Amino acid sequence: MFKSLAVPEFLAKIDQIKCIKCKRCIQNCGWSVYAWGGDKVLIDTFKCVKCLRCYHYCPEEAITIEDNPVKYRSNANWGFYNIRNIKRQAETGGIPLTGMGSDMPYPVLFDSLLIDACQVTNPSIDPLREPMELRTYLGKKPAKLEFENGPDGKPKLKTKMPPQIKLEAPFIFAPMSYGSISLNAQKTIAIAAKELGIVMNTGEGGLHEDIYPYRSNIIVQVASGRFGVNPDYLNAGVAVEIKIGQGAKPGIGGHLPGEKIPLDIAKTRMIPVGTDAISPAPQHDIYSIEDLRQLIFAIKEATNYTKPVSVKIAAVHNVAAIASGIVRAGADIVYIDGFRGGTGAAPSIIRDHLGIPIEHALAAVDERLRQEGIRNEASIIAAGGIRSCADAAKAIALGADAVALATSALITMGCTVCGKCYTGNCSWGITTQRPELTVRLDPEVYAERLINLIHAWSHELKEILGALGVNAIESLRGSRERLRGIGLDSQTLDILGVKPVGR
Amino acid sequence: MSHNFHKDISGCGLAGIINKDGKRISGSSISKSLCLMNDRGNGLGAGYAAYGIYPEYKELYAFHIMYDEPACQRDTEEYLKKNYRIEKKEPMPTAPVESITISPMIWRYFVKPLSEKAERDAADLRDDDFVVRTVMKINSEIGGAYVFSSGKNMGAFKGVGMPGEIARFFRIEEYEGYIWTGHTRFPTNTPGWWGGAHPFTLLDWSIVHNGEISSYGINKRYLEMYGYKLTLLTDTEVVTYLFDLLVRKHGLDVLTACTALASPFWKNIDDLQEDEKNAMTALRMVYASALMNGPFSILFGHSKGLVGFNDRIKLRPLVAATKGKTVYMASEESAIREICPSPEKIWAPRAGEPVIAELEG
Repeated sequence: MFKSLAVPEFLAKIDQIKCIKCKRCIQNCGWSVYAWGGDKVLIDTFKCVKCLRCYHYCPEEAITIEDNPVKYRSNANWGFYNIRNIKRQAETGGIPLTGMGSDMPYPVLFDSLLIDACQVTNPSIDPLREPMELRTYLGKKPAKLEFENGPDGKPKLKTKMPPQIKLEAPFIFAPMSYGSISLNAQKTIAIAAKELGIVMNTGEGGLHEDIYPYRSNIIVQVASGRFGVNPDYLNAGVAVEIKIGQGAKPGIGGHLPGEKIPLDIAKTRMIPVGTDAISPAPQHDIYSIEDLRQLIFAIKEATNYTKPVSVKIAAVHNVAAIASGIVRAGADIVYIDGFRGGTGAAPSIIRDHLGIPIEHALAAVDERLRQEGIRNEASIIAAGGIRSCADAAKAIALGADAVALATSALITMGCTVCGKCYTGNCSWGITTQRPELTVRLDPEVYAERLINLIHAWSHELKEILGALGVNAIESLRGSRERLRGIGLDSQTLDILGVKPVGR
Repeated sequence: MSHNFHKDISGCGLAGIINKDGKRISGSSISKSLCLMNDRGNGLGAGYAAYGIYPEYKELYAFHIMYDEPACQRDTEEYLKKNYRIEKKEPMPTAPVESITISPMIWRYFVKPLSEKAERDAADLRDDDFVVRTVMKINSEIGGAYVFSSGKNMGAFKGVGMPGEIARFFRIEEYEGYIWTGHTRFPTNTPGWWGGAHPFTLLDWSIVHNGEISSYGINKRYLEMYGYKLTLLTDTEVVTYLFDLLVRKHGLDVLTACTALASPFWKNIDDLQEDEKNAMTALRMVYASALMNGPFSILFGHSKGLVGFNDRIKLRPLVAATKGKTVYMASEESAIREICPSPEKIWAPRAGEPVIAELEG
């Protein structure tokens, strides 16, 4: 095999004067960039992904990772990655894979939305002095309620409330399966979810016995591979999610190769060790909306109508009509994943070119459900590109009941969004099953960081609500009047249902 | 769908009186009370609502309609004639007031919906629902025509001017009612418009409101889901329609409706006994989009009573008082003492806790 003509993206460099030859870099790099050459550390920079594990663990700060200054001749049309991908495809004949959300420079509408604030006519509220409420319930809400007088003369509820998921803040952790991430990463998320009073989602990889203690903070997922699904599993968490699609790879299934299926994962997924875990592109019992309805109600039967059923879809062009169908099919929650959403592995061609952003999709779905008078029938979770509390607040103002976080949660564990999750070499122990790597991720330690993040975002959200002069999250939810678009064309404003700044 | 929804913000003063024994009194008291609070308004809007003023027509809906020009009146009456039996039609009695130089044409009609008309049959509506639909239709579809009062044996009188001027203009002292509410307005961002003054009414509901509904955006979208059309460029309209939806359509009692609109905090709900906790939790979940957030004090009148209430953390003033069978509510204590110098009891209601005064018997 000849040396690849695909130019390396990064240059790993060691300052030989500073280097004390402790070999920690060799030990830490999951990509085998470094090797011991007898008297010094050797570098294979083609393998470097700039995850910065070595940089952080070098005791002498001797390592730098630079973007390779050597690029192809600059060309406004043929970009670096156009040329590089062709070279890679010429060498392999394969589909270039990638991880995380798309890094293409598509417009991010969250960055073109500004939030209102109070001055004079309505007072702002200080969250440090006044109660500020973020509690959120996900699930179907009846259109109205009936009460009767209880024996103590107090009102007693006559209407039977459908099951709800209670969240202490409008954040949930997005589905990431055991297999796509390590068990330690899942545990980290589970510990945080429980401590925070929110929920995590198993993804489609089944529920490992170590995660069972966190079941009151878990949504279990049923995807096309049906891994680990049985009646116990369906009843294990607080809700069940049917995964139809994922923002990063709409219309695409998944494939976890057999070499990544050791005993533990095999047990959790309930498949033989070493077999490929294939998630077909469609669910093979869902070829239309009425099939989805049957699966929703099969799950409701299996869980005795005690758990909300969520349906997760990728944001695609016709998402509003699809979501409407899903609600009418009986779903209690619609989970919409925008095309910037993350993935453990997806073909670049799919991730970077299929689907639509969450902002448009969310606005269209919320408006459509209102027009049809069924917005109360289901909660909406928005996902796919929530990078900060500001994005979350804007998504909620556009109409989301809660937002789902995955990439941001992984970043608290050390992830630098290098995008190489699919290789299984994650030096931070997150998207790998190699025991020498996963052991690095101590769930107790990293759960604290994740809890810190959600606390920080919750504080920020309360500050935003206070500035808006409201003291409950439901007064921001769907309140597009509190958003303005900056530099957006009138059609986009119309889709988002917001006025331009200055009006 | 229009993204150009509008919202009006304003500061205000308000006052209300109810005689629980049903005794009718002249409008001069409420006007006097309101005039004491002239510094709470800026002359860009004032108005009154009165219950019990049309006893001779109490079975009929009293429509008060303002028109910008004769063409609007023609279109509106054409529609009314097709769908209603018009018992009486007359120009609203007014008196010249020096400072009020421009006013719309204001007419009042005493009407009953025709039951056999096609538009009605198709929808199979009750009288009240049909009247609501009529109000929505005229206000949103006939440009320059505004129905600003549509209840039975009650009426709203409002316009651009100080409370005293509007009272003289509509000859308020000539009406006798058992409930009166009044409002003086300090709009900060829209030119004074007659339709934008308070009270806002729908059927028997009338609202006068001091404050701003900071949750206006979602309250409006919530109401639109139930077919309400918000046309009057102010957030007070939202309050009126929320009461209509919760009380008339959903059948909640007034206290429960107020609890939904200015709900208790979760920390207080969590401490309640099981049944009440479940009830309050469900109420907040289901009516989350109806929660009125932001500073307000509101007087909500209906044919059987008067309700005063505040936002959840009392960001706007409200004082209540009683003397005999009469209950007073106002933005300021002074406004009550102006017409009732020595009340038996006078107090400032707590945040979110409604004062409910109902007719006896």
